[in-house]
Amino acid sequence: MDIFLQQIINGLVLGSIYALVALGYTMVYGILGLINFAHGEVVMVGALVAYSVMTALLPTGLPPVLLALLALLVAAPVCMALAWAIERYAYRPLRHAPKLAPLISAIGVSILLQNLAMMIWGRSYHAFPDILPPIHYDIGGAQITLLQVATIVLATGTMAALVWLIQRTAMGQAMRATAENPAIAELMGIPINRIIMLTFIIGAALAALAGLMVGANYSVAHYYMGFMLGLKAFTAAVLGGIGNITGAMLGGLLLGLIESLGGGYIEDLTGGFLGSNYQDIFAFLVLIGVLVFRPGGLMGERVSERA
Amino acid sequence: MKMTARFLARLTRPKNDGRLHWAVWVLLGILLAVMPWIIAAGFGNTWLRILNFALLYVMLALGLNIVVGFAGLLDMGYIAFYAVGAYLWALLASPQFGLHWPIWAILPLGAALAGLFGVLLGAPTLKLRGDYLAIVTLGFGEIIRIFLNNLNAPVNITNGPQGISAIDAVHFGSVSLARPIDLGIVTIPSLVAFYYLFLIAAMAIIGIAMRLERSRVGRAWAAIREDEIAAKACGINTRNVKLLAFAMGATFGGVAGGLFAGFQQFVSPESFGLLESVMVLCMVVLGGMGHIPGVIFGALLLTLLPEIFRQIAGPIQLSLFGKIYVDPESLRMLLFGLSLVLVMRYRPGGLWPSPQHQREIDDAQHVDAPPAVPVHHR
Repeated sequence: MDIFLQQIINGLVLGSIYALVALGYTMVYGILGLINFAHGEVVMVGALVAYSVMTALLPTGLPPVLLALLALLVAAPVCMALAWAIERYAYRPLRHAPKLAPLISAIGVSILLQNLAMMIWGRSYHAFPDILPPIHYDIGGAQITLLQVATIVLATGTMAALVWLIQRTAMGQAMRATAENPAIAELMGIPINRIIMLTFIIGAALAALAGLMVGANYSVAHYYMGFMLGLKAFTAAVLGGIGNITGAMLGGLLLGLIESLGGGYIEDLTGGFLGSNYQDIFAFLVLIGVLVFRPGGLMGERVSERA
Repeated sequence: MKMTARFLARLTRPKNDGRLHWAVWVLLGILLAVMPWIIAAGFGNTWLRILNFALLYVMLALGLNIVVGFAGLLDMGYIAFYAVGAYLWALLASPQFGLHWPIWAILPLGAALAGLFGVLLGAPTLKLRGDYLAIVTLGFGEIIRIFLNNLNAPVNITNGPQGISAIDAVHFGSVSLARPIDLGIVTIPSLVAFYYLFLIAAMAIIGIAMRLERSRVGRAWAAIREDEIAAKACGINTRNVKLLAFAMGATFGGVAGGLFAGFQQFVSPESFGLLESVMVLCMVVLGGMGHIPGVIFGALLLTLLPEIFRQIAGPIQLSLFGKIYVDPESLRMLLFGLSLVLVMRYRPGGLWPSPQHQREIDDAQHVDAPPAVPVHHR
């Protein structure tokens, strides 16, 4: 029982990170119908920038929490600027192009960022400094660390703020209108280019936060980490119904739980034939399963065919 | 001098039906036949090896071109089929299981198995939108690699990350291509023999691809690529035709994979990563999607250019700055990424697009289809 509970806690932490990244995918997809392939790399850049800031400021002796905050204050603008550049130079010129063109361009950006990061930070794994003291709490036989609590709380708070932004502010209304129908939104006087750019930038800020959380929770940052993370977050977005904000959060949490429980129990389920090194497969199985049986996702209403 | 030039011009000018003079083909044939000897004598065996790999990539790129270029389905995990072909050869012709099957048994089997994998992957996903397909195929490629990496326990099948070594080289009866072949008058070195084998295979694949493009199925693929709903309305069974594209493309990949294993005599999961898939995709996209000469050009360019680059980038940095700042390998990938973005933006048809495709792009710029998102052009 305590192992089960432990896997649930781990799954929730992983899931809330997936949810943050998935939001970036789903918002862009909702407006442009484009899979922003480079989003995972933005998360990676966020994590590595945060790592660099923290290791650079470590000798000052500031409390680690303050360091993390400073790291976020640097990483978020870097990611936002990056997202701005990607949208402006790799996606915007291709809005009228045949449908494969933006996707291929996105793949190009992704490779470009990965190799740039490799040149800057090298191929090695970087050990992320501790942000919070290693305090454990016992819940029914399972342990939850202070860091895990902070991750879940912070992710939930950020997502709540995002929902408020989208549902309650004029800017959010403009975003929803643009997603609904860009042509008519523009006729109503909405500066859709600015709104699209804003969507990318908000997604990038969430990505920076997610990058910091990944680094802090798994104590490691690496130039290649964005790829898998991005794929899984995209899966989460599809699972929840791509284009749907609440769906992305739900999908993220669900995928985190599936992966964590699946990875923990796969050995028992297959009689020791497959071990936890197959954990990465679950996300893809979920993705294929959702696309086959419920292409709209759990909360999506729009059907897959929108050629 | 003037005479020769005029003669050459007459030779290379297409006749009215668009075909080249037969003499051009003869010259090209002679050139291809003597090429390995010249390269081996002039540049050494390293470059001959690279040339052999270039031929393998031509096969792969043509296979992917069927899926991406002809049918317009973005496959990001194409290298998985290459892996299937290579590992099948490795398992059936190596000490791993003590099997030593001949080439005419393994190669068709590898092609068929890869084709089957293509259908297995395609069946659940092909009714979806194009960009979903890209992600699912990407995931599929990773799944295959994860399995290859981990299937060494509890039963050792793939030997895990170490890969399988001591694989049988391609051999016909007792004649093995891994050793020089003595023909009495001349002795054909191993690498040259492989070159001829790969050349024949590549020629066959080029031939099949050209016939496919002009066949009924090829026209159906083009119809689906241009407008799936219209194609459906014309009575094309879009799902089956797309599945066929997947299976055909996968088959080519399987053949290339088998030849790779029989040439390299060693396979490991490392050779089948996502970057390889991206590289083959780059060849198709940069060369010119759906245009066979363009794709061949792309494959040759992207195998040869990085090698030249690798030889040059290090020494140039050394002489300019006195030390190597940027690893040529990552610089190469960086340029790949950049070129994907730039080609999509400035030459969406590729470096050598098919004339028809180029016309369509030009048309699209004049007659504007209702755009998904209208924007102000500055």
